[in-house]
Amino acid sequence: MAEPQPDFLHKILQRIDLKTGKDAVQARQVVARELKARGVSALRVTRFATAVSEIARNVIVHGGGGHFTVGLNAATSYLDVECRDRGRGIPDIDQAMKDGFTTAGGLGRGLGGAKRLSDRFEIETVPGQGTTVRMSAKI
Amino acid sequence: MSGVASIHLVENALLVSIQDDVTDTEIIDLQDALSNRIADENVDGVIVDISALEIVDTFVGRVIAQLAGISRLLAAETYVVGMRPAVAVTLVELGMYLPQTRTALSLSHALAQLRRG
Ligand SMILES: Nc1ncnc2c1ncn2[C@@H]1O[C@H](COP(=O)(O)OP(=O)(O)OP(=O)(O)O)[C@@H](O)[C@H]1O
Ligand SMILES: [Mg+2]
Repeated sequence: MAEPQPDFLHKILQRIDLKTGKDAVQARQVVARELKARGVSALRVTRFATAVSEIARNVIVHGGGGHFTVGLNAATSYLDVECRDRGRGIPDIDQAMKDGFTTAGGLGRGLGGAKRLSDRFEIETVPGQGTTVRMSAKI
Repeated sequence: MSGVASIHLVENALLVSIQDDVTDTEIIDLQDALSNRIADENVDGVIVDISALEIVDTFVGRVIAQLAGISRLLAAETYVVGMRPAVAVTLVELGMYLPQTRTALSLSHALAQLRRG
């Protein structure tokens, strides 16, 4: 797995505990607000906020809850988001990224979709220990 | 039912407005209320207004599909109105096409299509 960017989340803007659907809504609303405040277009705001919503919901539904952090990477002009949980992890990440793969009767489009909707996307997962997704939108 | 979603009778259709921060529990209440109203009021259509939605993710997409499934079983057609252009583009990238629903540009378009039958 690639090392995270050294300046990822250089300046932290907000942290939210992810426990319920309401927390996922709050997380993607914060992301949308921060992008809009920096003049990012409506389409790009919607794309990245949707990606964040998918990953935050996965933390709640599959990861048993976790933490969301949003911050800035001033050097490279990215808005960075990290979603982290200490859940069961994902045994086969290539399989999980494929559209249509789900273990929960979902659509199985969240992970693959979130990657397509982000400008940068990386996932780190250890079975039995948890999952961390780092994703960014260019600002 | 909470104020998060509302159901109104308009002509021969039920208009359902979904709010941006709808939760799983509210959705179950909404589905329950909607199925009862479709049966009681004998409507031809259900119009789901999503103009308040900043995003439609797989969770909300599934909610819309389930509302459409309930309507279909009770012989009503489902229309989705008020989709923001950015939401439409994002849905295509997610690969969600909401096949159970018809999309109309506005409430009046949806009602006109329902009148035509
Ligand atoms: N944080 C996580 N912890 C453990 N497993 C996860 C996590 N995120 C995703 N997964 C696994 O990867 C699978 C695919 O995730 P994905 O988001 O693509 O689909 P889904 O959540 O099942 O359905 P949906 O289309 O509603 O998002 C999940 O079914 C689950 O098995
Ligand atoms: Mg998911």
